[in-house]
Amino acid sequence: MSRKGVNVKIDELKTDVGLIKNLELSFGKLVEDKWAEPMGPTPFPSLTTLREWDMKLLQRYKPFYMPYCDVCCLCTFGKCDLTGNKRGACGINMAAQQSRIVLLACCIGTATHIGHARHMTEHLIEKFGRRTPLDVGGLNIKAEAPVTRLVCGVKPETLGDLEEVLDYAETQLTHLLSVVHTGQEGSNIDFESKVFHAGMIDHIGLEVADIAQIASYGFPKADPEAPLVDLGYGTVNIEKPVILCIGHNVVPSVGIIDYMKDNGFDGDIEVCGLCCTAHDITRYYKRGKIIGPISWQLRFIRSGVPDVVILDEQCVRADSLYEAQKIKAPVIVASEKNCMGLPNRTNDPADLIVEDLVNGKAPGALILDSEKVGEVAVKVALKVTPLRKKFKTIPEVDEILRMAKECRQCSDCRRACPQDLHIPEAMKAAAHGTLTTLAELYESCVGCGRCEQACPVGVPIHSYIVKAGEKKLKEETYKVRAGRGAIQDVEIRNVGSPIVLGEIPGVVAVVGCSNYPRGGAEVAEICTEFANRRFIVVTSGCSAMSAAMYKNEEGKTPYEYFTGEFTSGCMVNVGSCVANSHIAGAAIKIANIFAKRNLRANYEEIADYIFNRVGAVGLAWGAYSQKAAAIASGFWRLGVPVIVGPHGIKYRRMLLGRADRKEDWYVYDARTGEKVYVGPAPEHLFYTAETKEEAMVMIAKLCMRPNDTFRGRSIKLTHYIDLHKRLYGIMPEDIPLFVRTLADIPVTMKDEIVKIIEEKGWKETVIPDPTLLPRMIRKRKE
Amino acid sequence: MTAAEPWQIAEIPGPKKALVVTKPGVVAAMIKRAKHPILIVGHVAVETDLGDKKLVDYIIEFAKKANVPVVATAHIIGEFLKRGYEPAGFMPAVDIGNRLVDSDWMGIDSKGPHDLALFIGLPYYMEWTILSGLKHFAPNLKTITLDNVYHPHASWSFANISMEDWMENLKVMMEKFEEGGT
Repeated sequence: MSRKGVNVKIDELKTDVGLIKNLELSFGKLVEDKWAEPMGPTPFPSLTTLREWDMKLLQRYKPFYMPYCDVCCLCTFGKCDLTGNKRGACGINMAAQQSRIVLLACCIGTATHIGHARHMTEHLIEKFGRRTPLDVGGLNIKAEAPVTRLVCGVKPETLGDLEEVLDYAETQLTHLLSVVHTGQEGSNIDFESKVFHAGMIDHIGLEVADIAQIASYGFPKADPEAPLVDLGYGTVNIEKPVILCIGHNVVPSVGIIDYMKDNGFDGDIEVCGLCCTAHDITRYYKRGKIIGPISWQLRFIRSGVPDVVILDEQCVRADSLYEAQKIKAPVIVASEKNCMGLPNRTNDPADLIVEDLVNGKAPGALILDSEKVGEVAVKVALKVTPLRKKFKTIPEVDEILRMAKECRQCSDCRRACPQDLHIPEAMKAAAHGTLTTLAELYESCVGCGRCEQACPVGVPIHSYIVKAGEKKLKEETYKVRAGRGAIQDVEIRNVGSPIVLGEIPGVVAVVGCSNYPRGGAEVAEICTEFANRRFIVVTSGCSAMSAAMYKNEEGKTPYEYFTGEFTSGCMVNVGSCVANSHIAGAAIKIANIFAKRNLRANYEEIADYIFNRVGAVGLAWGAYSQKAAAIASGFWRLGVPVIVGPHGIKYRRMLLGRADRKEDWYVYDARTGEKVYVGPAPEHLFYTAETKEEAMVMIAKLCMRPNDTFRGRSIKLTHYIDLHKRLYGIMPEDIPLFVRTLADIPVTMKDEIVKIIEEKGWKETVIPDPTLLPRMIRKRKE
Repeated sequence: MTAAEPWQIAEIPGPKKALVVTKPGVVAAMIKRAKHPILIVGHVAVETDLGDKKLVDYIIEFAKKANVPVVATAHIIGEFLKRGYEPAGFMPAVDIGNRLVDSDWMGIDSKGPHDLALFIGLPYYMEWTILSGLKHFAPNLKTITLDNVYHPHASWSFANISMEDWMENLKVMMEKFEEGGT
């Protein structure tokens, strides 16, 4: 690994030759390369290094733009009306404008992860030292940072080595963001290529953040048997003081846990979390509790259970301070990125801050020192709990019944609701004395609170829904396996062959946020369906939580009855958002460890391998954020398709293949150089499903790859056809596109399928050694 | 409710907004005049009660009387078949949107490009965005939403209307098709 900024200064040196005075030497970079693998073709790629690869993907998966706004208002020439692909004052047209906005979103997401990684790395270097080894799995992990190795061509060994990686990522991000400026890029396709670049850089940020914290904090290290931890409102002991941590950066939460342990309070206080911070709390502290996904923020604060609220960064509601004030819970904000207008008390004595927060002199404090956060949070929790007596803002039933009569039935709440929930009807029923209809809304509610903002008479509708669904809320007691981090090399070796040959029908990564169309139960259902079908199911983030919020008839959650090993029929929680890097890492390692493709700075070849051989697909059923957009785009460049739920259409651009255009689906056969038709496999790169049934069928379909063996394709077709018949009620129409030879046809369906494909004029083709890269052809056709 | 406001209040589009249809007979006339219309039906159609029937029952009757080919989105093709009606095709909503912006696409029935696309029964925000894609990138296509909510990105849309008015509008249109003529 290289070292930056080496300075040698000699004030005075007497030698046989003479006297040297005031000599100062400065080295920009020292390269100390211990990695024997030869450097690949694309180390530290710039914005255009991988452009040709991007163009190959974009030629097949063309963008379908669905503008969210007809105008551009980014400069003072505007607003410019771009309706109908008109050009604005700067010359940009609607297609380019849309891809520009997609790039902007991805830059925001990437910046968030890189910012997180930079803070985490600097903090951990300060606390543990630059030479802290990057041990993320001991002897079970040889490639500790597969994304970084692949993209940068370096092999980080210590925390300090990550700084150079972040320097690169920050530089690229600056260039990418500059592309969005007026008068820069003018082509929508080049914007899209840069979107891919942003995604790739994002994955570096994810990886750095997670391997740094795994190595330093002793999180589970690629552990298939990471502990089962508590999840759900009902797991919190409300008799104890409760500290609630919201966000994604676990550093302040660690400060709290350490202070508690060091001062004999472990067991006296409940430490729980919402969103990804919660995952990382439980990776650090088995007694930590996960309340739930991001959408539980309002309902949990309003329940009055938290006595102190800690806000770090990302996905924190902007009104958290306001909501916490209403339940008389002091707030500590612990991130420079999210100061909430509070005074900076970092340098004040801890006891003085405690006093101010406990006596209500200040509603909260900004403290940018995790150890002080720990001390203040614990002391405040112990002192304020008896005073505030779990004061809540969720109303009692009689108040709801009374206030429901004030409802004007104007429907403004329903029209503000992203789910179009039938709130007016529920309010009418409440006015007539029953809360059943309101309770039915509980599971579909995403907890955004827009209904309350819209209500002209100020009814706290969300609180009413939560109260009506209180029984369900209090019964939320589940187990989720703590985020295990990376996938072991031996696991990759074991599944590499069956994945690449298609005998494991696919890898489904169920990831992302909780903006679900109908609640999280659909996520649990999808995970369970595919794990039962012996797919490899991997989860992370809020989706990993939602997947746990379901029990079978024995009262067990999917994490309890499916294995945590990365193998056929598993349910693997890798961890928080930043742990998504391990999913990309697993795909990369299949190419590297199993197929022995060079990893070092060899992005195109590895992506080409994954795209043509690794039947992996991402499902972000509730994706809402710019971070989710960035994560998805990193997977696109790697050749992994991503499905989003219906709200994901608001990302305003899909990357869709055209199964009906035969000319789009040719690859090179690396053995001969011939171009071979392989069918639409995978059919789309970024796609919105309208219903869970559609998503499930598409997951099975998008796992097909040109390299599938007969047996593998037959297995994959079996799942696709079976799901299609069950959920759509008929056979799929596109079976002939996926049957290359008669041996691909599932035996049990042979007669039926042969008849179908013959009626459609099907012709046999060959199974190539597929590649999109001419340079991978071993023997050129004469 | 105001006539021409998007159903989801914040879904403000831009300068070009759908013309509001006040007389359902006008829609029937436009469909009759179209050379090659298509009707795209989303999954909400099988979940919505309209009187003592489902919305999809009205749609099937409508499609038959208007003689418009139907594309079923999501997973609802089976619901049509159960009712003895075979749509011209089924595919994901974004796929049909993507094909409609391709002026070379020969249509769901291979009879040539469509000049009029009717939408009904998609989640509001999905229909909103797909209609936006068509407004901007399918210059030769007109769009009409048959939903009971205002869709500003369509060429023509009903205003936000009650379920009863919606049912009545569908019936009026079907009567117009039965009357024949243009």
